[in-house]
Amino acid sequence: MTALVAFWRKYRRNRAAVAGLAMLVVVLLAAIFGPLVYPTDPFDMVGRPSSPPSARFVLGTDVSGRDMLAGLLHGARVSLLIGILASLGATLFGLIVGAIAGYYGRAVDTILMRCTDFFLTIPSFILAIVIIAIFRPSVATVTLAIAAVSWPQVARLARAEFIAHRDREYVLACRALGMSDFEIITRQILPNALPSLLVVSSLLVATSILTESGLSFLGLSDPNVISWGYMVGVGRTVLRVAWWMPAIPGIAILLTVLCINLVGEGLNEALNPRLQRR
Amino acid sequence: MMPAKLWFVLRRVLQVIPVVLAIAALNFLLLHLAPGDAADIIAAQSGGATPEFVAELRRSFGLDRPLYQQFLFYIARLMTFDLGWSNVQQRPVFDLIADRVPATLLLMMTGISLALLFGTLLGILAAMRHRRGIDSVVSVLALLAYATPQFWLGLMLIVLFSITLGVLPSGGMMTIGPDMSAGARALDVARHLLLPTLTLGLFYMAIYARLMRSAMLEVYTQEFITTARAKGLSEARVGLVHAASNALLPVVTLAGVQIGHLLGGSVLVETVFGWPGLGRLVFDALLQRDLNLLLGVLFVSSVLVVLINLAVDLLYGFLDPRIVHK
Repeated sequence: MTALVAFWRKYRRNRAAVAGLAMLVVVLLAAIFGPLVYPTDPFDMVGRPSSPPSARFVLGTDVSGRDMLAGLLHGARVSLLIGILASLGATLFGLIVGAIAGYYGRAVDTILMRCTDFFLTIPSFILAIVIIAIFRPSVATVTLAIAAVSWPQVARLARAEFIAHRDREYVLACRALGMSDFEIITRQILPNALPSLLVVSSLLVATSILTESGLSFLGLSDPNVISWGYMVGVGRTVLRVAWWMPAIPGIAILLTVLCINLVGEGLNEALNPRLQRR
Repeated sequence: MMPAKLWFVLRRVLQVIPVVLAIAALNFLLLHLAPGDAADIIAAQSGGATPEFVAELRRSFGLDRPLYQQFLFYIARLMTFDLGWSNVQQRPVFDLIADRVPATLLLMMTGISLALLFGTLLGILAAMRHRRGIDSVVSVLALLAYATPQFWLGLMLIVLFSITLGVLPSGGMMTIGPDMSAGARALDVARHLLLPTLTLGLFYMAIYARLMRSAMLEVYTQEFITTARAKGLSEARVGLVHAASNALLPVVTLAGVQIGHLLGGSVLVETVFGWPGLGRLVFDALLQRDLNLLLGVLFVSSVLVVLINLAVDLLYGFLDPRIVHK
């Protein structure tokens, strides 16, 4: 508990990060409770198509007369869900690859890092498009595709952390005590590497949300759920007469990604001892 | 001296081969993960095909062979620039792609140049005025640009500059119509290029501005900067010459690594602006479910990134002798 208090003391020094966290909580609440409080189905035709924001439809309706506010609230769920799950998946896989490469070094390291660099080089967005096109878009395939193209940066970071720790005295002591490699990796080094991984992982949520919005803008989203990128794509067709239609979901994406980036930066400053001097 | 450089070039060029093979393997793998093979597709197009006919087709395509033989066959075809046939567009995939590469390269080059130029300038400015007005302005702008979905930014720029103000075209690469002189044509393309370049470049500009700023601040803590100040050099000279030239390396390195990311971003930007490049081709292939074409684009764009990286590395090697001798 005291650790948490100490963390919060450091975190709140960055006012932008506190504001980001507050806004992020609002977005999270909207995603969790919004659809319950405002149960209009985002796929139902409820009003005249393309009506501008009014008292009845606060954010107007889209080209098919669907309620934009309902879309925004339901879309928040999908965006955050995919963003968080894809980031978790990428972090987990990247951590495994990076930990093994960094801890064991030598040939294992060379092989794993060549693979990592390979996936860093090729155009990840196009790879994600191909993966989803092959397996058909659904929440699961979109999440997996984003995770499949985002793990390399986690792997590189995890590797650097494990290399920095593997020859420290406490690790040598553990080895002398006869502790298994698995135990050393997971219970000794991992806790030390966790702060920086947490920072990258949180920033990855933001990147994943941006990627997801781009994919669904291209029509690569689960046809059964509404998402913000899809709403921008729908609104695009009437850009000339109803600019607010693509503008509104775009602002939702921008604000959410901005909040997560601010929180990530706050975490970085509070958790990274090197930065605290500044 | 010369042999070292020659070795460096040779080694670096040879390193490309396994990477291209890996790209081919990835493509081959994805091709086999896709439901239905070429025989199924042709059978479906020809209407009611008997199982015997499908089996015959499979044999003629070599699809009944062991997987490693199919892979070798696939590599052999790639060597002759044969990426297969687009059943939707009824043209070889390679030709379809080759038509689009120049437009994408043009967009990428202008986008990255814009991002590097203004990104580093803003970063230098912010670092030299650390913790003052302009520093905060640059930081806020960078944060916003970093969080903005590119495709959405493109749409909003169209609303502002094409629809509301009517000063720039909203899409395409050139005005269709009367013959123009070469100069007028170039100007016309430049006008069409402006908004897509801005849309693509802004995101990277934000990244480079932030990186340049922090690299500069890092350099400022080093002793040679103190020495330069002690010599009585002006603060502008210390910042622009001494600090900036040392802070530039991480930015340029990152820009090289991000070529693949840039190509991915241009898919969205090209879709928004109807720019006739690879990205637009991807969008059309998606609409028509042309998997062969999609895989072809993945292959060519990956190879393109590897080649651009190679060119950048070779250039580095000639600019910075330390790299050759590493």
